[in-house]
Amino acid sequence: MRMGDFKQTYAADEAVFRSGTVRFWLVVLLLAMAAFPFMVGPYLLYMANLTGVAIIAAVGLNILTGAAGQISLGHAAFVGIGAYTSAILTTKLGLPFLVCLPLSGLAAAFFGIIVGAPSMRMKGLYLCIATLAAQVIFDFIFVHWTSVTGGIRGINVPSAELFGYKLDTEFKMYFVTIPIMIAAITAARNLFRTRVGRAFIAIRDRDISAELMGINLFQYKLYAFAASSFYAGVAGCLQVYLLRIVTPEHFPLHESIRYLAMIIVGGLGSVLGSIFGAIFMTMVPEALQSGLALFQGMDDKLMSYLFPLQTVVFGLLIVVFLVFEPHGLAEMWRRVKNYFRLWPFEH
Amino acid sequence: MATQPILSVEGISLAFGGLKVLSEVSFQVNPGEIYAIIGPNGAGKTSILNCIGGFYRPSAGRILFGGEDITRTTPDRRAARGLARTFQNIALFRGMTVLDNIKLGAHAHLKTGLASALMYWGPAHREEMALRERVEHEVIDFLEIEPIRKQAVGSLAYGLQKRVELARALAMEPKVLLMDEPVAGMNAEETEDMARFVLDIKEERDITIVLIEHDMNVIMDISDRVMVVNFGQKIAEGTPDEVQHHPEVIKAYLGEKKG
Repeated sequence: MRMGDFKQTYAADEAVFRSGTVRFWLVVLLLAMAAFPFMVGPYLLYMANLTGVAIIAAVGLNILTGAAGQISLGHAAFVGIGAYTSAILTTKLGLPFLVCLPLSGLAAAFFGIIVGAPSMRMKGLYLCIATLAAQVIFDFIFVHWTSVTGGIRGINVPSAELFGYKLDTEFKMYFVTIPIMIAAITAARNLFRTRVGRAFIAIRDRDISAELMGINLFQYKLYAFAASSFYAGVAGCLQVYLLRIVTPEHFPLHESIRYLAMIIVGGLGSVLGSIFGAIFMTMVPEALQSGLALFQGMDDKLMSYLFPLQTVVFGLLIVVFLVFEPHGLAEMWRRVKNYFRLWPFEH
Repeated sequence: MATQPILSVEGISLAFGGLKVLSEVSFQVNPGEIYAIIGPNGAGKTSILNCIGGFYRPSAGRILFGGEDITRTTPDRRAARGLARTFQNIALFRGMTVLDNIKLGAHAHLKTGLASALMYWGPAHREEMALRERVEHEVIDFLEIEPIRKQAVGSLAYGLQKRVELARALAMEPKVLLMDEPVAGMNAEETEDMARFVLDIKEERDITIVLIEHDMNVIMDISDRVMVVNFGQKIAEGTPDEVQHHPEVIKAYLGEKKG
C-alpha cells in the first residue's frame, strides 16, 4: 500500500510519473527492455521491432482519432508515404538513415495536412470517408506510379547505416527502433500536458465551446493531422529498414483498419492504450499461429479447419474485449493499478 | 459622465428562415457594470448572447467591443480579445478533469506550439507551471473548488459543474463575461453562492458582466441595469426598480388588463 504521497510543488503534481513506486517500476521495465535482445532469438526480436513500429503508428493515430476525435481510415497510407519516402531517398539519392527518418515524417505530415484540409467543412463519418478516399488514392499511386515506386514489385532497400555501423540484423535494429519508439511515446505524453493536447480533446468533446474558448478549430485539426501523420511517416521509415523492402501490399485499407482496431482495443485517447493495443494486435495473431503449430501433423483435415479458425478467434477476442471493456486495455490496467494501490487492504 | 461603453450592440437583427428572432436590438454596456437581460421564454435572449459571442452572425447591425467592430470576427478571435461565455446547458469538456477544463480557458493566453508541446522542455514547461500557479490562485481558490480539481467533470453535481464552467470562463481573463442563466436549476444555497461570486467578480476583477436570468430575485439584487426583451425586441431598459414598474414589462409578463 502506498501512503504519504503528498506533493509540495505544482511541478511535482504535474509530473507524468508521480510516485517513487511508479518510477521504480519504470526503471525495471527499461532495464528489462535493454536486456531483452540478449536473451531471445532473432524471431522474437523481429516481432519486438514490428511491435515497436506498430506502437509508433498507433500512438500517432490516437492523437488524431482518440484525442482530437477525427476518425481516419487512411493511416496506413501515411505509413506508406513515410516508407516510400525513405526507400526513394535511400536508393535514388543515397541519403543516410538519420536524414531519411525526419524527412519521412515531414513528407507524411505534409500529405496529412492536405488530407486534413476537408476537416474545415466535414465532421465525423463524412471526414472519415474523405480519409478513406486518401487511402485509396495513395494505394493507387503506390501501385501505378511504377517509375518512382517500382509498382507492385516495390523497392528493395539496403540496410540502414548509423555512424558507419551497419544495422543489418534484427538485434542491431532493436537498438534503433525501441529508443525511437520511447521518444515518440514521450513526445505524445508531453503533448497532452500542454495547451495543444488540451485543445485536441476540447475539439473532440465539444467543438462549439472549444471555439468559444479561443481555439481555432481548423488550425488545431490540421495540427492533429500533421502530428498523426508525422508519427505514421516515422513508423513507415523504420518499417522499410526492418523489412528492407517496400511494396504496396504493406499498406492496404485493412492495414488502416488494423491501426484503428489497435487504438479502440487499447483505449481511445490514451497514449498507454495505443501501446497496449499495438502489442495486442501484433502479438495475439502470432500467438494464435504458434498455438496452431502444436496441432501440426496430427490430422490434415483438422488443420484445414483450424487454420481459418484463428482469424475467427482473433475477431472474437476483439469483440469480447469491447463488450466487457469498451474503454480498452488502458482502462483495465487502470483498474488493476487501483486495486494494488490499496492492497492488501480492500477499503 | 460619458464613459465609453465596453460593449455596444447597434441595431442587430437575426432571422432563421422566415422566423424573425431579433429585430433591431440596441444596447450599450458600460465598463464594470452587471447588465441583465430578461424576458419571457423564446424572447431571443440567448440569441443576443450568441450574436455577441460570434456563434450567430446577425443579418443587420453592428457589434462593437471596446470600440472596435467585431461583427465579422470569428468566435475564437473574439474569445482571444476578452469575451468569455458560460452556457445555459453546461458545455464543459466532460472527458477531462476540472483542472484541465479550467486550463483550457487560458488557451488564448498561452503560446506553446505543436513542436514545443511535443518536446515539453524549456518554455513549454515553464508556461505550464506558471499557468497552473495562476489558475490555482486566481480561479480555484476564488471559487472554492480545491477538493474537486482532479475529478472528471462528468461525475460532478450540477451546481458544481456550473461553478467549474464559471471557473473556465474566469481563466480566460475576460474583459466581458457573458453568462447564460448562471443559477438555473440550482438550490437556494447554490444560487446564493453563485450570486456572491458574480458580485465578487465584478468588484475584484474589473470584469463587466452581461447575464441572462429568470430568477428575478437574483436579477433585482445584483444587476446595475436591466434590459427587457420580448418577441425579439427591446421593450424596456433601466435600473431594476424602473424596469419592474415599466408598463410594457408588466404587460409582457402578466398580460393586458381587460376592459
